[in-house]
Parts: sequence; structure tokens; C-alpha cells
Amino acid sequence: MVRTYFLLVWTWTRAAAAYPLSFAMMTVLGFAIAAIDVGVILVVFANTTTLAGFSREEVLFLYGSAALAFSICDTFVSNLDRVSGHIKAGTLDTFLIRPVSAWVQLAADRFMANRVGRILQAGLVLGYAATALGIDGRRAWMIPVMVVTGIVIFASLWTIAGALQFVLTDAPEVVNTLTYGSSQLTQYPLSVYARDLVRGVTYVLPLAFVNWQPGLYVLGRADPFGTPEFMRFVGPAAALVLALLAALVWRQGIRHYRSTGS
Amino acid sequence: MIELDRAGRSFKVKRNVVHAVRELSFTVSAGEFVGYLGPNGAGKSTTIKMLCGILTPTSGSVRVAGLDPSRRRTTLARRIGVVFGQRTTLWWDLPLRDSFELIRHLYRVDRADFAARLDELTQTLDLGGFLRTPVRQLSLGQRMRGDLAAALLHAPDVLVLDEPTIGLDVVSKASIRDFLLRLNAERGTTVLLTTHDLGDIERLCRRVMLIDHGRLAFDGTLDDLMATAPGQSSLEEVVTRLYTGTAR
Repeated sequence: MVRTYFLLVWTWTRAAAAYPLSFAMMTVLGFAIAAIDVGVILVVFANTTTLAGFSREEVLFLYGSAALAFSICDTFVSNLDRVSGHIKAGTLDTFLIRPVSAWVQLAADRFMANRVGRILQAGLVLGYAATALGIDGRRAWMIPVMVVTGIVIFASLWTIAGALQFVLTDAPEVVNTLTYGSSQLTQYPLSVYARDLVRGVTYVLPLAFVNWQPGLYVLGRADPFGTPEFMRFVGPAAALVLALLAALVWRQGIRHYRSTGS
Repeated sequence: MIELDRAGRSFKVKRNVVHAVRELSFTVSAGEFVGYLGPNGAGKSTTIKMLCGILTPTSGSVRVAGLDPSRRRTTLARRIGVVFGQRTTLWWDLPLRDSFELIRHLYRVDRADFAARLDELTQTLDLGGFLRTPVRQLSLGQRMRGDLAAALLHAPDVLVLDEPTIGLDVVSKASIRDFLLRLNAERGTTVLLTTHDLGDIERLCRRVMLIDHGRLAFDGTLDDLMATAPGQSSLEEVVTRLYTGTAR
């Protein structure tokens, strides 16, 4: 499965190499867009020393860890949200006649190697913030755990987004709120948002576990919303539940596929 | 090899329910070469998509090679070959040869078997001249032969063809027909063929099934089909009569 995935990724990379100019432009553009996010944070901190109680390096840490998980998913599974396009073009059928899971094929479909630049950018920001903050060595183990948790959460969201397109074929952009919207939300400390929204992204859509809850542990901070200490460690379990839900939704989506004429 | 028992598939279109296929029952045994005819919108493609597991039937049951296609889709994929005449399953920007290599991996075909089969297919389908050409640069006839080869590299027991000769010139058609006849005769591959080209049917199919409004309207040999309209001399006239007769 993993081998098949990377074989497909390699195939698409070679196919993309057939259009070198497009490849180069997309790479530059990807870097530029990712840099804007960091730029915004730096601009905010040019005018203030804390944001909702967090310092510049702490915000960059929260941003970097979420952006790392997100950009890895954006690179490796984001093409799942093209289900609608494939349905309309009638090309989904060709995925379904192969002896490999449609999820793996769609995730690898039209893989763009140029997005790897964003992963690097997020990794650099996270590395810088963690170094500048002088994070407690006894709490640093949580950093890889939270990145993996974030990857599972975002990958699940993309799976759900793709599956929803089996129903919302005519409005594929709606599902972007789930994926890109979630990414936007996790770029800042959740303490900038209203309490009800934070409750929602903790107990309903578990975005708080991408970087907020485990991040508070790494930073050695108490939750401004007063959630108990054990919530810092619930992330992996929450991610697993979401992943199982995503798998179910995906299966239902495929079974309800209607195909096109001819 | 293929068994349908009162299989049906309906779609909800706005508030109406459209029955693309209803109560369809037939059996195709191993080694048969069956033509599947019907006017546009009769339910041919829906049937084929149920056979490969792309569509889940809404009623009845479908079994192909002993498997329920919609539940065992990826397992069945190794035993069935599918060709859509209207769209390619090859990778657009890759040379044909690379698409084949990728298929070898996806289907986990043994390297030696693959080499032998590709050699044979390259000869019989005359692919030699364009194995290194990107698929997007192939002519329709070349691409179709490439698609056929791609569907057969894993030596499937069943080959399902959805309008494989659509848009092809007479020479390309003839070479594809010859190839299919040999495949069926020499390998014993079961073939189910949908087409609007009655020449395909006359040349290839011992048995013909005709579907109309989602129901089986005829199932028998080509001679039986001709006998349904005594006095008519060409297959085209017979089929026209059946299509218009059952439609009214």
C-alpha cells in the first residue's frame, strides 16, 4: 500500500516534469504564499509584545507545528478533495477498476512535488521557535507526537472532505472550510477566539489537539479556558477516533457513487 | 463467470427515481463471447459498472468470478479487465511503456510473466512503434490498442469492453476484432462487449443480449436474433425494429 502510494507519487512527479515551467512557477508561488502567513504574524508582533497572552516565539511555535502537519497533508493527501472533479469528468471510474484502494490512488493523484517547499518552511519556523523558546527537554517528546497527531487529524479531514464531495458534487468548494479553514484556525493560539468556538473545536471537531492542547504542555502553560491537565494528552486518541470516522464516511461515499453516463 | 439475479440500480434525480437497470438476470459462462446491445440510455454502462464494482446495485445480486463486485472490488480487479472506449485508463503524460510498468506494479504481475505478455501483446496489437510515445500524443486507434493491452497485462479471466471500437477507422476496427477473437479462442477469456457497431456483433459474438429500458429484451444466438424478424435480411434492420418496437 505504502509502496504503491510512493510509486504513484513518483509517476506523477515524472509526469509533472513534462511541464518544467509550470513546475518552477508553482514552486516559487508555494514558497511565497507560505511566507505570507509568517509575515502576518511578524507584522502583528511589530505592534504588540503578546497576542492573547502568548509571545511571538510561542505563537510561531504553535503556527509552525500546525503548519508542519498541515503542509505534509497538503502535499501528500490533499488531492482527495478532487473527487468532485473526477466525478464530473468521469475519470473516477478508472480508479475504481484497479486493484488498489481508491483512497491511495486519489491521494497520490497529480501529486505535486513543489509543495514539499512548504513543509520545509513550516519545519524551519518550528525549529526556530523551539530553539528560541529553549523548550524544557523533558517536555520536548510531545513535539513529534503533536505533529503526527496533527497529520492524522488533517488527513482525516481531507478524507471526509473528499467523501462529502460524493454528495456535494456541485459545490466542491464547501468542503474547503473543513481543510483549509481548519488550517487557518490552528495558526493562532485558540485563546484569541470566543469560548464557544474553542469548545466546538475541542469536543466536536478536534482541531484543538493539532497544536493547542499539546502545545500548552510543551510550553508549560495552563489553559486560559481552564481545561484540566489530562486534556493535553488526549490528542492521539481524538485523532484515532476521527480517523475511524473518516474511514467510515469514505466507505459510504464510495458506495454511494453514481458514476456518469456512457 | 458472470451471474446477475434480478439486479437493479436506480438513481434519484431530483425527486424522481430513475430505474437505469431493473430486475436484470442473466448468466455468462466461462469462455463465452457475448455481445451486449441496447439503445443509448438503456442501461448497458450501468450494468457494466455494476460488474466491475464501480456501482453498487440497489436491488438483487451480482456475482463475477464468484465475487460480489461492490464489496470485493479490489480483489475482483485482479481477475477482470475493463476497457472504456470513451476514456482511457492510461496515464496521459507518460509513455505507454511506463503506464504498463505501473500497471505491472498495481496488479503485482510477476516480472517474467509481464515481460512475456507484453511481448505477445506488442506483437499481436502492433504496439512496437509507439511504446515510448506519451499517451497524449497517440492516435485514437493506437490509444485503444494500448488500453486493450493495459487491460490484459494481468491475464484476467473476464474482459469487459464498453464500446471499444468507437470512433475507429475500418483497419483499426478489424485489427481489434481479430485480436479479440484470438484472445477468446486461444486463451478462453470470457468477453462481454457493448457496442453500437453491429459489425462488431456480427463478426465476434455467438450470443447476443439486448437490453432496453433497463430490462433484458432478448437473449440468444445471433441466428435467433435474426429469426425474431423473418423477412429482414440485415442485422441493422432487425435491431432497429427491436429498439423502436420495444420503445413504443
